[in-house]
Amino acid sequence: MIDFLARSGRRYLDALASLGRASAFLVQLLGALPSLFTRFSLVIKQLFSSGVMTLSIILVSGLFVGMVLALQGYNTLIGFGAEESLGIFVAKVLVRELGPVVTGLLFAGRAGSAMTAEIGLMKATEQLSGLEMMAVDPFKRVYAPRFIAGFFALPALAAMFSAIGVLGGHLVGVELLGVDAGAYWSQMQAAVEFREDVLSGLIKAVVFGFVVCWIAIFQGADCVPTSEGVSSATTRTVVYSCLMVLGLDFLLTAIMFSV
Amino acid sequence: MNTQQQQSDTLVQITDLRFKRGSKVIFDGINMQIPRGKITTIMGPSGTGKTTLLKIIGGQLKPSTGSVQVDGLEVPKLRRRDLYTLRKRMGMLFQSGALLTDITVFDNVAFPLREHTDLPERLIRHLVLMRLQAVGLRGSRDLYPAELSGGMARRVALARALMLDPMMILYDEPFTGQDPISMGVLLELIKTVNAALNLTSLIVSHDLAEAMSISDYVVIISNGKVIAADSPKALRESESQWVQQFLNGLPDGPVPFQAAAPDYATDLFDFEQRS
Ligand SMILES: Nc1ncnc2c1ncn2[C@@H]1O[C@H](COP(=O)(O)OP(=O)(O)O)[C@@H](O)[C@H]1O
Ligand SMILES: [Mg+2]
Repeated sequence: MIDFLARSGRRYLDALASLGRASAFLVQLLGALPSLFTRFSLVIKQLFSSGVMTLSIILVSGLFVGMVLALQGYNTLIGFGAEESLGIFVAKVLVRELGPVVTGLLFAGRAGSAMTAEIGLMKATEQLSGLEMMAVDPFKRVYAPRFIAGFFALPALAAMFSAIGVLGGHLVGVELLGVDAGAYWSQMQAAVEFREDVLSGLIKAVVFGFVVCWIAIFQGADCVPTSEGVSSATTRTVVYSCLMVLGLDFLLTAIMFSV
Repeated sequence: MNTQQQQSDTLVQITDLRFKRGSKVIFDGINMQIPRGKITTIMGPSGTGKTTLLKIIGGQLKPSTGSVQVDGLEVPKLRRRDLYTLRKRMGMLFQSGALLTDITVFDNVAFPLREHTDLPERLIRHLVLMRLQAVGLRGSRDLYPAELSGGMARRVALARALMLDPMMILYDEPFTGQDPISMGVLLELIKTVNAALNLTSLIVSHDLAEAMSISDYVVIISNGKVIAADSPKALRESESQWVQQFLNGLPDGPVPFQAAAPDYATDLFDFEQRS
């Protein structure tokens, strides 16, 4: 019993210490951002690797999610004779919720884990120490470009997810189930608001991008520099990112829609 | 010899250095002086903290107490900007080479110049090829680090470390895992580079014969203390039991082979009593 208490106490302290390190890390990371103005090519390179890497999985997932939404929505809406409103349903669900959330989860699994593994391996093979000894700051050279690239990539990917999802909805709803194409698009256009839907979705995507990149880069930089250390850091990135995305989604929805 | 003279003969001055990792004491008050312009080797069994010592000299780790002066600058007290300025004058070769794996050999060697200078690309190319020629790898410039053998990677790392014309090079275990030929090449290289570029070389190693053969000065550390510091010749003739045990590779003597541990018998029986 005492043993159990001691162990959970230690865990709690470890978690606190790691949260403290993560916060200090974030401060240093943000401090390194201005240096990127002179090395934008580094950001472009990372944008390419994290953005393009995730693009195909985002497009495929977006298409399927949109198709499923149309199927489910049609079957529910037809009960009220409101199947013409399918476009509104698909677009709102995607833009407000599933676009940012699913993109956040997929991004964490694909690009976030890759970032952690790459940085962790750089640490394990002494590349980061090597940079420091060459008087090159890893925050400016390695972390900041990845952070900014991921931060911009996620909202863009979320937008693409929603766009392709709406097309998927059209494919199933209009082509397969026979909803009127004019109704699908015009009702969608009329009902989707900029502030309520697009902006709230964008805010979520921006927050998720920030948090996922922070977690991924910190876990890489903070890992135990061995192969097990890198692999458990990668797992942690995916688990923590997913939990944070889902938790923050609730929080942000509550803040933005209940007041 | 006046003190002014002495100051400039010593490049690295370590005084009463103490360092702990958790509760484990790595350095327990060591003193040493690394002479300028010479090849110095710090020797000691694995796990004594040789890599740690290099990181302390490079300012990556901070000692608990004690002073570490490099060219008159107190490293642990330097501000970040000054530390970076000092590091540009120190090249460090990591055990693994620590090359950036996503760029080619050429770009790795060019890296410090591209980061720290605005030299035109034509001049950079010129300088890089000169360094690669010096380490015998001009033909491998388009390879990626993953395509190099361990010995080649270390030579590329040496070329990279020489890029900013440092005053001192720190080598971490340069001899481990080298075949006899690349070992010979490396020894020769360290010696010629040191003489030709008027450097100070600091090698940490546990490879006795190789290190003794090229060093002007050898420091032996064990269990957090300096146990001897002298020229290789003087050390061979030393009467000290510690030194003789180390040089002759005897498993037992004043330097224990075992890491600090509870008494063997107690340790064994403890388990039986508990179970
Ligand atoms: N990151 C670390 N965290 C905790 N202990 C470490 C770490 N790195 C090294 N040590 C410990 O410090 C001691 C010295 O390590 P090191 O300087 O690498 O030795 P050497 O290079 O002489 O083999 C070792 O006993 C090792 O267990
Ligand atoms: Mg070592």
